[in-house]
Amino acid sequence: MSTEEKQHTAAPTHEDGEWVNPGLPPHRPRRADNDPKADKRAERQTAALFGLSIVGTVASLAVYFTLDPTEEIANIRTTNILLGISICFAMLGIGLGAIHWARTLMRDHEMVEERHALRTSDENRAVAVQYLKDGAEDSGLTTSRRTLLKGSLITAVAIAPLAVLVPQIGNMGRNWNVAEFRHTMWKAGTRLARDPDGTPIKAADVTIGSVFHVIPEGLNELEHGKLEEKAKAVVLLIRMDPSQLNVVEGRESWSFDGIVAYSKICTHVGCPVALYEQQTHHLLCPCHQSTFDVANGAKVIFGPAKRPLPQLPIAVDDEGYIIAQSDFLEPVGPSYWDRLKHGSGASSPEPTPTTGEVTS
Amino acid sequence: MGAKIDAAATGTANWVDDRTSIGGFVKFFARKLFPDHWSFMLGEIALYSFLVLLVTGIFLTAFFVPSMDQVTYEGDFATMHGVEMSKAFESTLVTSFQVPGGLLIRQMHHWSALLFTAAIVTHMARVFFTGAFRKPREINWLVGFTLMILSLAAGFTGYSLPDDVLSGNGLRIIDGVVKSIPLIGTYISYWLFGGEFPGEALIPRMFTAHILLVPGLILGLVAVHLFLVFLHKHTQYPGGGRKDTNVVGLPLFPVYMAKAGGFFFVVFGAVALVAGLFTINPVWNYGPYDPSPVSAGTQPDWYILFIDGALRLMPGWIAGHPTEWVIGGYTLSWNILVPAVILPGLFFGVLAIYPWIESWATGDRGEKHVLDRPRNAPVRTGIGVALITFYVVLVIEGSNDIVANLFHLSLNDITKVNRLAIFVMPVIMFLITRRICFGLQRKDRELVLHGHETGRIVRHEHGEYIEVHQPLSDQELWLRVSYDDIAPLEIASEYNDRGVRRKGYKWDRFKRRLSRFYYEQRIQPVTPAEYEEAQHHAHH
Repeated sequence: MSTEEKQHTAAPTHEDGEWVNPGLPPHRPRRADNDPKADKRAERQTAALFGLSIVGTVASLAVYFTLDPTEEIANIRTTNILLGISICFAMLGIGLGAIHWARTLMRDHEMVEERHALRTSDENRAVAVQYLKDGAEDSGLTTSRRTLLKGSLITAVAIAPLAVLVPQIGNMGRNWNVAEFRHTMWKAGTRLARDPDGTPIKAADVTIGSVFHVIPEGLNELEHGKLEEKAKAVVLLIRMDPSQLNVVEGRESWSFDGIVAYSKICTHVGCPVALYEQQTHHLLCPCHQSTFDVANGAKVIFGPAKRPLPQLPIAVDDEGYIIAQSDFLEPVGPSYWDRLKHGSGASSPEPTPTTGEVTS
Repeated sequence: MGAKIDAAATGTANWVDDRTSIGGFVKFFARKLFPDHWSFMLGEIALYSFLVLLVTGIFLTAFFVPSMDQVTYEGDFATMHGVEMSKAFESTLVTSFQVPGGLLIRQMHHWSALLFTAAIVTHMARVFFTGAFRKPREINWLVGFTLMILSLAAGFTGYSLPDDVLSGNGLRIIDGVVKSIPLIGTYISYWLFGGEFPGEALIPRMFTAHILLVPGLILGLVAVHLFLVFLHKHTQYPGGGRKDTNVVGLPLFPVYMAKAGGFFFVVFGAVALVAGLFTINPVWNYGPYDPSPVSAGTQPDWYILFIDGALRLMPGWIAGHPTEWVIGGYTLSWNILVPAVILPGLFFGVLAIYPWIESWATGDRGEKHVLDRPRNAPVRTGIGVALITFYVVLVIEGSNDIVANLFHLSLNDITKVNRLAIFVMPVIMFLITRRICFGLQRKDRELVLHGHETGRIVRHEHGEYIEVHQPLSDQELWLRVSYDDIAPLEIASEYNDRGVRRKGYKWDRFKRRLSRFYYEQRIQPVTPAEYEEAQHHAHH
């Protein structure tokens, strides 16, 4: 019934074929607007929330001074939780109090303000344009004779940043010798050692199906650039049943009795290819899931990588330790623009197979 | 007593005004009106989590050592004893275990960083779906867009500072991506890392970027962002009394100062609570950076996940054809460039210029201060959902190992499905969303014309049964009929009277196509005439 009445008393919904904006909806009074008791109650609630904040602040100080996490490391968990909760109360009390106050006690009659178009008046625009014209006139720039002045100014301003930027940027790249990407620590005769302790590996220690995370011997003793060298030189050493290993053409002498060594750095964007699945002979990069088939020259069988992992040619020395025959014959890790250009590239003793064509 | 205080306050106010003319400022700000809606708080959350970041960040700078010099750990955390690590990692452990409250502040900093980026993105979605980016707010959309990009930069540089193995592998991925850039990639890598990866320069450089450069830019742009909000006055949702020429709301002082100021403390408190109860980024479990180890099932912070997902999605080989090309001896890695450079570039590029794309389609030059209900802009809402879908597919792909583990699915199958989904799902979601919007608009028409169903059945004298419908109140009515009905653009013909092809025709034709895509199919609001007829019909 009541809505029906409203319908009758309300202003027309449309006029001359246009809808009529009905204006602001009527203000709905809140409890505290009319009932002094509700008003008092809201005030008490707000005060209680502010009180909660005070309690929280005191509690946080108490926690700080009574619990010393540095005495016993196990205390950290407790301190962390108690401190977190008390700071939470200290902050939340103020916040909820203020919001409760605004919602229950502050005047909530919506008000209307007119907007003004953002554009300035036509006169103002005309004056602004005139000012700029006058200024340009005063400077003499608008006369065509000033081409020398303009040209020299533009050139000077355009190249001045170089005075600062060239030394700045020039110094940031150390020696800019990007050819360093082509080489790793591996040399003919470098023993393959265990990561991270650096003990050399004997061929006899590598059982079929096992996998070793390998660094070059001597890496741990480097004074400088240890991480940079490690980032390029890490290798995975895997022994497979020789009957299951399809040797890549031209690399017959790179492995030893089913033992193969591949770069651990993914040819996609350079994550360590750390996961080896023994049954399938697959290497998986956990970052983006490029999957390489160790039985077939580590060629890509799934994922975003395009190139097989570079193979490290290995042999066994007189004492039975596994050694490298040479450095990698191609740059390890992700692709880059001129990785195949041999400016000062790797000195390869043999023709360099860059793609893993598999003979089976 | 009261009079004395009044006199003192007046005195102080006059003293300050005499020297600063602050009175004008107060007059401008104090009673400025702000419309009220929960969705307007998303931007506030972003602002307040940034303040929490500043407060906690200042604490952390007192203890963090931005150095990659290697040391051997001998601190309180027994499992790390004797481990070689950078000073950056060591000082992170010290802050966590030896500074009382240090762990909490670290966790608050990290949690509020996640909240900051999340709030920015949801705020941006709100602005998008309600059309708040339309004239005159296009510039502010760009400012906000830049803030979003800066928040990602702030997050990523901060995430990488502890020099743990997880973030270190993230940096290595960045290095790989940078190297793939044609011609100059290797040099950019040298420039960033100060030589070969990882080098010794990166942490100190990122530290400066993280605590000075990026937050400085964010602060400056936040100031511009808020200045423009004040200048434009806030947008408002449609409703009785709301017009493009007015703003309806409650005054800044006291209501918004209490609500917004209070909300800052709520955000602060919530972050403290989460940081107290939930561990985040326990670098002491990951260990210091070492180029050799990596573990499966480790994801970057959520806002980087979509790029990681894109990198996983892109195959190195498509049906026997490599996506890495060698042209004249030079290597071009589409398998990296497409997902990590071109695709984010396009995604963010479209987002940045979206206000202009839509204004080409509408051809509307007026100021828009009343927001759209998302249903009344079906194509825009569809595009928004399609963009979100695109993003979500990448996020799912970025956590495909976790998804595979959780649901016992094959990792490879998830990737294969996602390779298809990235093209198909956005289109499907666009169509579904647009259809839902049309449905809601039709429902609105239905309500306007026939009113609410009451469930009351009445029998007429001649035996006919009808359900009584209750007409909408004038407020309900106005909400449903007051949206803009935009027709597709009409353009002048290709040739003028003399049969000469006119300039700019191709551009106009493009705009007409765009406009048809947006507005060809549309549900028009009920006109007063239709309304009258329906009323008339109902009474007989």
